[in-house]
Amino acid sequence: MTAHDEVPRPHDDEVTLAACPDGPLLLRGPARIVDDRGRDVPRHRATVALCRCGGTAIPPWCDGTHKVNGYRSET
Amino acid sequence: MSSLPVRETGSGPTNGALPRGSAPRGAAARLPVPRPRGPLSALLLTTLTAGPPPESADSWASPLLWAAEEAADAADDPLRDDDTQLALAVLYELHHRGVERVDDAWEWEPGLLSARRVLEVPFEAALRRRAGQPVATESDAAGFARRLFEFVADDDGPALARYLARRAGREQAREWLALRSLYQLREADPHSWALPRLAGAPKSALVEIQADEYGGGRTGRTHAELFARTLRGAGLDDRYGRYVDVAPVPVLAALNTMSFLGLHRRLRGAIIGHLAAYEMTSPIPSRLYGDGFRRLGYDTDTTLYFDEHVEADAVHEQIAARDLAGRLVEQEPGLRDDVLFGAAVCLAVEGDAAAHTLACWNEGRSALRAPLDDPEET
Repeated sequence: MTAHDEVPRPHDDEVTLAACPDGPLLLRGPARIVDDRGRDVPRHRATVALCRCGGTAIPPWCDGTHKVNGYRSET
Repeated sequence: MSSLPVRETGSGPTNGALPRGSAPRGAAARLPVPRPRGPLSALLLTTLTAGPPPESADSWASPLLWAAEEAADAADDPLRDDDTQLALAVLYELHHRGVERVDDAWEWEPGLLSARRVLEVPFEAALRRRAGQPVATESDAAGFARRLFEFVADDDGPALARYLARRAGREQAREWLALRSLYQLREADPHSWALPRLAGAPKSALVEIQADEYGGGRTGRTHAELFARTLRGAGLDDRYGRYVDVAPVPVLAALNTMSFLGLHRRLRGAIIGHLAAYEMTSPIPSRLYGDGFRRLGYDTDTTLYFDEHVEADAVHEQIAARDLAGRLVEQEPGLRDDVLFGAAVCLAVEGDAAAHTLACWNEGRSALRAPLDDPEET
């Protein structure tokens, strides 16, 4: 047993959603994102930011608008 | 002003016998030998292009050191001094892609490093004066990230982006691309120097950002290559460093700031702060740049770079503030001031370059040292 084995490592198929205070949700891992008709929304990068403020011009992705529209999150 | 020098390309038959200091086609292109801007840069370029470093440094090292000392003494404001900023840009380029007709063996020549040091002392002092030292009391990741967002939000930022979105003409838009090309064709590189100097959570965060900057490992998708596409779409030359001679001194100072912070391990906190501020001030201006180029009739291939940055940097700014800068400060509280200085200096020198550009345009003149004289290919 090496020290390496003792370190908990995320599985490759693990999906995490991190809530950024006053900002987007950061999505990591192999989640499918689908639109309101169930169609896949293509992901362009490994980690994506999902809009939480409703103000983005490129839904479902964050475009930084939360910084200028006064959005405040609970978390 | 005469037309710009056209760089030689390595397109001819090579037979494997390339002259030293040139690269095969498709390999990393070097900076074209720039035109000197004063006695120091003239002596430096003459020395470097004379051949490989001589066995004895007697003939060149002392004269170069004296020239550096004289130039540094003569420069009232190092950030506005063409001669010393160009000399620094050339010296730093030896650590990036290299300079055409300059032998690779010059990179670690002690005589050059001594001369660089003479220029870097006043350069760093000027950067610290210009940027100031922001303060923070937080040293937990979330608290520090919040402080960083507040600090960056106070910057009066995107006046140039708004101008490009609404008012700039095609010539101004193309000038701006030419100026940005000095950095954007090596985009992300100076910040990658921090990678071997970090460990743990901040290192992983930097890897996550840089992997995306470099297109996730897909050929042709690095942000530098996307910018090259934008240059071509606007009828500009996409070769590395092609526009160095038209870059005014604030653009060189901003470029040199990144190399300076990136090369010195003691300033690893500052290059991380620089990256964080750069990413945090990118999404909204990138949308405005895209709007501007669309308004001017450029196609989607040309605007892809900006659209990519709206989406990518909205991700990067969160990772950079929280997982990179925030976790670094949590891990090494002693770096907190450096991270803040790096953020402040990024906003200061990038702001100076933007303000110079806008001031020139408001006076109805070119923002370049010599106007673009190539006809736009439409």
